[in-house]
Amino acid sequence: MKLVKAIIRPSKLSDVLRALYAADITGLTVSKVRGHGGEVEVVGTYRGTTAKMELKDKIMIDIGVSDDFVDVAVDAICSAAATGNVGDGKIFVFPAERVIRVRTREEDVAAVTPVR
Amino acid sequence: MPYKKLYALAGLGLLMPFSAFAQEADAVASISGADTAWLLISTALVLLMTPALAFFYGGLVRSKNALNTMMMSFVALGVSGTLWAIAGYSLAFGSGNAWFGDLSMAFLSGVGLDPNGTIPDMLFMGFQGTFAIITAALISGAVVERMKFIPYVIFIGLWGLIVYAPVCHWVWGGGWLGELGALDFAGGAVVHVNAGIAAVVAARVLGPRKDYGREALLPHNVPFVLLGAGVLWFGWFGFNGGSALAADGIAALALVNTLLAPAAGVFVWTLLDQFTTGKVTAVGIATGIVVGLVAITPAAGFVSPGGAIILGAIAVIPSYFIIKWRTRTSLDDSLDVFAAHGMGGIMGALLTGMLATTAFGGDVQGLFFSGDFGQLGIQALSVAAVAVYSGGLTYVILKVIGLVVGLRAESFDEGLGMDLVAHGEEAYATGEGAVLLHETEAPARVNGIKNGNK
Repeated sequence: MKLVKAIIRPSKLSDVLRALYAADITGLTVSKVRGHGGEVEVVGTYRGTTAKMELKDKIMIDIGVSDDFVDVAVDAICSAAATGNVGDGKIFVFPAERVIRVRTREEDVAAVTPVR
Repeated sequence: MPYKKLYALAGLGLLMPFSAFAQEADAVASISGADTAWLLISTALVLLMTPALAFFYGGLVRSKNALNTMMMSFVALGVSGTLWAIAGYSLAFGSGNAWFGDLSMAFLSGVGLDPNGTIPDMLFMGFQGTFAIITAALISGAVVERMKFIPYVIFIGLWGLIVYAPVCHWVWGGGWLGELGALDFAGGAVVHVNAGIAAVVAARVLGPRKDYGREALLPHNVPFVLLGAGVLWFGWFGFNGGSALAADGIAALALVNTLLAPAAGVFVWTLLDQFTTGKVTAVGIATGIVVGLVAITPAAGFVSPGGAIILGAIAVIPSYFIIKWRTRTSLDDSLDVFAAHGMGGIMGALLTGMLATTAFGGDVQGLFFSGDFGQLGIQALSVAAVAVYSGGLTYVILKVIGLVVGLRAESFDEGLGMDLVAHGEEAYATGEGAVLLHETEAPARVNGIKNGNK
């Protein structure tokens, strides 16, 4: 069992969701986050105050998958989220000790298999 | 005599014409205090409609484009307002010929405090200026979330002089449509058909937003939309009521009709929403208010209150179904300027030709009272003429600007949002992670994104 955690651009969320659904990955959690990935800063001016915006809006997606689905998820996210510019995001893959589906108490692979 | 002191002071100003001294006696004699007071208030009310439109439009777009969308209205206050004084007013209300005014009043030459009707000439110019501002701002709803800002500013500047001013001249400035007897109390054709057709052309020339038809592009702040619609209604009492150019019975009629027609429009919109989708929507009610207001605009001083209710109820129906249909086409008139203003204006102009009555001192009986199709024909001609002129010239202006400076933001910038790209500001900045830059370390280009690596 693995937890796939992807950080992407907000403007690419729809494309990524579409790619994940197409790959049969339908269980996920999306959060709005702020972060910095080395891209050139945005500079804003509010009346006399000029400020460099170090942190950018990003989207974080958490997906629990069986080992077989890790590469499928990574491929789907990479192909959908890439624009070719610095700041497209990162994917982290963690081991997940247990996964439990609350409704049925099914565990692990059964818990992350989509309900038909 | 306070007037004497006022003239002496104003005479020092460069733009103040000396002819004003000569006609001082007449000015004092025929200016009505009541009429002037009402038009002073109406001018302020109509000006408030442009910020209201900013909220109406700003709420309808995604949060990353909220400021840019609102700025498209706010910048018209500056650009269209200034150009109106420089040349627009003269092109619209200079004597000229049947088609165009002239430049005799450019830079407000000769526009003083002598009476125009029963109000100071200068006040009439100011009142009309607020109409020029909002008409230009209305078009922005068709190009939001993708048009570059400076080309937009150039566009509304040219459009105000080349399209709005002549059309205004045709109907209100002594031009051919007014001579023909076209009824347009407060700008059904001049403002709303004009802006609505320009919007369709602009949406076509720019092309759809990159995500249009692929993603649901939803309003980010529906309370803003309701706020904008409410304040638009408030301002519209000046738009229509002030167009009587007097504090008289016709102003009262226009104001009451401006209350009742949108009310009936919202009522019908509510029923349509309930019966076609099963739910009454807030964005729907806000849109129904605007369409009802647009529709009563040409008719406000010509129809009875009962006629206004009928007009408002009928006029919103085509707009309702055009919005539903338009979203399934490739025409990305993003905020439905044509459905609301173009179609609402057309319905209003035609229904004026049917429902106009002499019961309140007007000169014309519409089709329903006279059985005569003449007025309806004139109304249809005025709509067609405005549509052809506005559509054609809008296309030419946009194509020329497109060739010289380009119209559309880059696709990447469109994804990032126009607020940061065009203005270097965010509508909902949290301030987290913002680092203060001192003057010495500020980069050469401080607005938006630096070139190169994005």
